[in-house]
Amino acid sequence: MSSLTDEQRALRDAVRELADDRIAPRAAQIDGDAEFPWDVVELLAQHDVLALPFPEAYGGLGGDLLPVCLAIEQISRVCATSGLILAVQELGSLPILVAGTHEQKTRWLPELASGKALAAFALTEAGAGSDASAIRTRADRAGQGDEADWRISGSKRFISHGNIAKYVAVFAQTDADSEAIRQHRHLTCFIVEQGSQGFATARLEHKMGIRGSPTAELTFDDVHIPDADRVGDVGEGWSIAMRTFNKSRPGIAAQAVGIAQGALEVAGRYAAERVQFGKPVGELQMVSAMLADMATQVEAARQLLYAACLEIDSGSRQAARWSAMCKLFAGDVAMAVTTDAVQVLGGYGYITEYPVERMMRDAKITQLYEGTQQIQRLIVARDVLAQGG
Amino acid sequence: MHIVVLLKAVPVVGNERLDAAHRTQRGSGLESNGNDEYVLEAALKLVEAHGGEITLLSVGPAAASEALRKALAMGATRAVHVADDAIAGSCALATMHILAAALGRLEYDLVFAGADSSDGQGGVVAAAVAAKLGLPYLSYASKIEPTADGSSVRVHRLSAHGYDVLEAPTPALVMGTQVLGEPRYPSLRGIMQARSKEMTTLTLADLGIDPATVGVAGASTKVLSAEQPPARGGATVIREAPESAVAQIVDFLAARRLI
Repeated sequence: MSSLTDEQRALRDAVRELADDRIAPRAAQIDGDAEFPWDVVELLAQHDVLALPFPEAYGGLGGDLLPVCLAIEQISRVCATSGLILAVQELGSLPILVAGTHEQKTRWLPELASGKALAAFALTEAGAGSDASAIRTRADRAGQGDEADWRISGSKRFISHGNIAKYVAVFAQTDADSEAIRQHRHLTCFIVEQGSQGFATARLEHKMGIRGSPTAELTFDDVHIPDADRVGDVGEGWSIAMRTFNKSRPGIAAQAVGIAQGALEVAGRYAAERVQFGKPVGELQMVSAMLADMATQVEAARQLLYAACLEIDSGSRQAARWSAMCKLFAGDVAMAVTTDAVQVLGGYGYITEYPVERMMRDAKITQLYEGTQQIQRLIVARDVLAQGG
Repeated sequence: MHIVVLLKAVPVVGNERLDAAHRTQRGSGLESNGNDEYVLEAALKLVEAHGGEITLLSVGPAAASEALRKALAMGATRAVHVADDAIAGSCALATMHILAAALGRLEYDLVFAGADSSDGQGGVVAAAVAAKLGLPYLSYASKIEPTADGSSVRVHRLSAHGYDVLEAPTPALVMGTQVLGEPRYPSLRGIMQARSKEMTTLTLADLGIDPATVGVAGASTKVLSAEQPPARGGATVIREAPESAVAQIVDFLAARRLI
């Protein structure tokens, strides 16, 4: 594993300083009030953090995966809700990045790179979670011909930033034929703008963690969409979603590594200061062994993530496997390490006076979204069987 | 308007270490001197408002380039780094000679310097540079305003009673304070642009300075010994909910008749 370049280190350190000074003091309140931190959006936009996922030609800073993940990791280290702002900005923009035309990129990406607009990604439905073939939201041509406009009807659930994003990438069924579904040609991707007639937020979820990040149920009642807002070909939606996940799952792995690192730091400081039986609890072997295992797991997750970023950016044919592996491992590490951090702090870990209970609640989502851990294992296992190792 | 900002790379505050000869170790892990970042911020604001360029000037070891790169990321135009093995151990006077020689090769309307450095804390180099170059010296500035045509500069100088208003023709050297305003964070775009900005490294030979006149050999002062301050008595740290913590602190102070 090669080490980071000087520039990557400088980017990472700059985001860490920003996170420590400006976001960390807000984290407990963001969680407690469950209110979306628009001030953090402004901060990240002002310092070009939201420009990281985009090419320079569209107002971004290059779009390489590793710098994006370094930033998500550093922000999530102090506030998982804030780290998710960048992760979802990337997720919601990726369909345009991977399949949009130059005209579409010119139209949407500068606004997203500057942070003036947020993006969201709407694939999941109440009845279609891991099984995206069960999507029922429909898009039908509103007229005749290949360039006719569209009408979208249906609903989406569990959509991060769905209510606050100006642009929502919506995946709708355009072919209900069972053969089309079997061949994954049944979906098409559209960019739906907030405020469009018939597009509404039905409700927001009450969640265990990432409480400042709004998770919306969206409804589409005959929403009129110009054909110019269709991203990719008709029937290409599934492929766009999968290519999006190949690049977005490392972002969730980065969030998981960041959460775990934050918990490790709190546990380490606490164990060095908290005196029981006449010495710091960190010197008690049962506690010190936990700290050692936590640190080792976090570093292993981080190195797998960085390796995955480099592989995916260099155009690896096994991008799906790399992105699934890093999210799988980092998500499980985040859950284990934050749980252990609560254990190291004992009763203090269970109350809101210390941030580890929040980190433990936040960690859980990294095992669920952008594909459950079970789906990640399925992806990795299929590739192992196909490649013979 | 062209501003030169004198910037010293210092050990991260709290991590200072002395070598066997009682000199501050400056081999790695350096950052921009905090006070210098305040005058850099003032320079950035002036250039944003009036146009112009900012040249960073630093005398220091190779590791100083990292601090210069960060200052470039904050928005400075270019950096000049005087680096030469013979400089290590230089006294304030020798440092002044090197800075003055380097400034002789640069164009400027104003030179900015921080009040002092967090490691050396001498606080005399800037004034000495001004004296050597015959520049007006405006110290302890809390506000810096060039006149419209740039022919002079007006500063508010902090005083015991408030501030004095001073004016001098340019070129001039201004020593600034933290009252000028918090330095900005470098933006990520700034960090990425910094790598392509001009960073010139000069040696003593480039400046026509005899190595024997600087460094340990040429030092006008010599550090005979350095001692750690005596350890202070054990502090009582109270980490509890505000109500309980306040009550304990009040009791503590009352018991000593301090309130």
